[in-house]
Amino acid sequence: MKPTDTVPPEMTDEHTVVSDGLAGGPSNADDSPGISLGSSRMEKIRRSMLLTILPLVAAMVVGGLFLLALGRDPLAFYATMIHRAIISPSGLQETLIRMAPLLLISAGLIVAFSAGIWNLGGDGQFMLGAALVGGLAASSAEVMPRGLMLVLMLLIAGTLGAVWTIIPALMKARYGINEIITTLMMSFIGVNLASLLVKVMFLDDRPGIQTPRTPVLDVADRLPTLFGTRVHSGVIIGVIAVIGVHIMMTRTSLGLRLKILGANVKAAHHAGLGVSKLTVATFLLSGMFMGLAGGVEVLGVQGFVRADWNPSFGLVAVPLVFLARMNGWVTIAFVFLLSVLSIGGELATRDAGLPNQFGLLIVALVLLFMTVAEYFESRRLRGERTVWATMADRILSKGDAAGE
Amino acid sequence: MSEALITALLVGAIAAAVPLMLAGLGELISERAGVLNVGLEGMMLMGAYGGFVVALATGSTWMGFIGGAVAGGLVSLVMVVLCVRWGLDQIVVGIGILLGVEGLTSLLHAAQFANTYPRLGKAAAPSIPWLSDIPVVGRVVFGEPYMVYVTLIAVFVAGWVLRKTPWGLAIRATGESPEAVDAAGVNVVLVRSLATLSAGVLAGLGGAYLSLVSSGNFIPLMTGGRGFMALVLAMLARGRPIWLALGALLFGFATALTTALQIFGIDIRPEIVNSLPFVVVLVVLTLFGRDDYLPSSLALPYVRGER
Repeated sequence: MKPTDTVPPEMTDEHTVVSDGLAGGPSNADDSPGISLGSSRMEKIRRSMLLTILPLVAAMVVGGLFLLALGRDPLAFYATMIHRAIISPSGLQETLIRMAPLLLISAGLIVAFSAGIWNLGGDGQFMLGAALVGGLAASSAEVMPRGLMLVLMLLIAGTLGAVWTIIPALMKARYGINEIITTLMMSFIGVNLASLLVKVMFLDDRPGIQTPRTPVLDVADRLPTLFGTRVHSGVIIGVIAVIGVHIMMTRTSLGLRLKILGANVKAAHHAGLGVSKLTVATFLLSGMFMGLAGGVEVLGVQGFVRADWNPSFGLVAVPLVFLARMNGWVTIAFVFLLSVLSIGGELATRDAGLPNQFGLLIVALVLLFMTVAEYFESRRLRGERTVWATMADRILSKGDAAGE
Repeated sequence: MSEALITALLVGAIAAAVPLMLAGLGELISERAGVLNVGLEGMMLMGAYGGFVVALATGSTWMGFIGGAVAGGLVSLVMVVLCVRWGLDQIVVGIGILLGVEGLTSLLHAAQFANTYPRLGKAAAPSIPWLSDIPVVGRVVFGEPYMVYVTLIAVFVAGWVLRKTPWGLAIRATGESPEAVDAAGVNVVLVRSLATLSAGVLAGLGGAYLSLVSSGNFIPLMTGGRGFMALVLAMLARGRPIWLALGALLFGFATALTTALQIFGIDIRPEIVNSLPFVVVLVVLTLFGRDDYLPSSLALPYVRGER
């Protein structure tokens, strides 16, 4: 890190730093008079907007080039995408529904990452929660009232998700074995076990079913929907989970302890924190949210689990939460963005006759450009000039660059 | 057990192990240099696609492997720039790479082959007089596709380079203590860049093996988690290519066992057999693995003068 006195002169006006850092120009003209006082909160929001929107635009431009190369009209494609994901009521509902599992998974990742633990086994925890709920929900609905059944199912899903992290947790806490290996291995086993549960234990063996799957939970017995839409209350659970975790991390002593653990394990030891207990607690909490996500997805949307179903939500959420810097509010915004991209992408690719993995490409480009944008931003804040920024300055605002 | 069963089992085990070995070897090298390559699966997938396209165009399996290596290497360049040069987070970028390649290859596949589904011919294997006629051994040891032998040689060469050469020392030291390496006048960024690049090339070869030898065609998302499996194997191998090769063979054997048993009418769930190696590894880790030997600077970007 360079000392602040090497910061170039134009950095003293905090606002210009932000606006021309990544925009490379266009936002310069209209917002320079707007910011007079050092409203750092607005500043922050503005900056993170910029760090989100520019990569988004860049990703769409690159994606558009692919579309052009394939003989599709990029503008029409994106128009369909936005229309299908946000503007049309049914699309917006789909987008919100998609948010539910992603939010819960993100909540689990926020806890883990804040404590410096890479729980990459989300898929296994998710699938086990989903499979068990898929297997038990329909038969439970016959013997108990719906509310009790739903609560019980969510409890089961969360518990199983948490249980599935115990081995990695103990191995990390006791022997310091890297959790990336153990959670990935447990994830493989978990996905296999989930498939086994569906095929053997919970198989719906009525004739005429092609792919093995669990019995179907009656639509009337699923999670209650909101305000007459198809959006189920799992979305609310997800939002509460993320905000709850955010509050826990920022406002409670447990959150502080986890953050210390994440920042420096040795420091946590010296501060007298029970590192082993905290590590295990983090794993359990993280796994619980993953399992819960699986349960919610089954109780709210699917109603059953097919043996070959594995949406792999866990993997996409990892970079997302990381880019949101484990901030709950930003995570919610990013999850919304991801849902828009994936739902809009799925529907627009279908219209355009493209494979629906094209949506993945756009998501990946957004993620990569966002990381890159963060990099340039952090360099700017440290007062280091990148080659590109210098070049952009020279081209776009000759006066400033000359002044340096 | 009949001769045919044993042969099928061993041949299947080797066929399933080779892609894991190649990709895992790449991961192992880059991990020793301190770069955790989560995008390995993506590099494999790109290699599978690139290898297939080149082999289809040239009609040569060898050109296909070169194409796969180049494709995997090109993808790893993203990692070189973003993670090694700029020090961005390796896990985030790795997952970004994986998703991007999944999207890109599916798109390209749909644009080119969606209606034709071309296939490649069978990969060539040696036929040595006498030796190839020995029962079981003739097929298993002397009748494999050529790439199998290349892979085994690569494992031993990588082991030798890592242990005995200055290059290997530089790689291992960079993973443990990049500051010291830098102070000694070795270019940390260069070492890590080359290690990451070799991971991409080897993963590309592993992916190309899937499309060129195992299946003879390219299917979207055909790597099916093998990249992550290779990643786990590389981490478990504790930096030793031989252990990695043995681990890959164990997994290959489990895969082959499922198929073989089913052919012979013994119905055992593939889920159980596929999970078994992981269960065994976890038990072994719990009983014996009281610590792990991962490089101490793994996944930490090196910025000169920081910390």
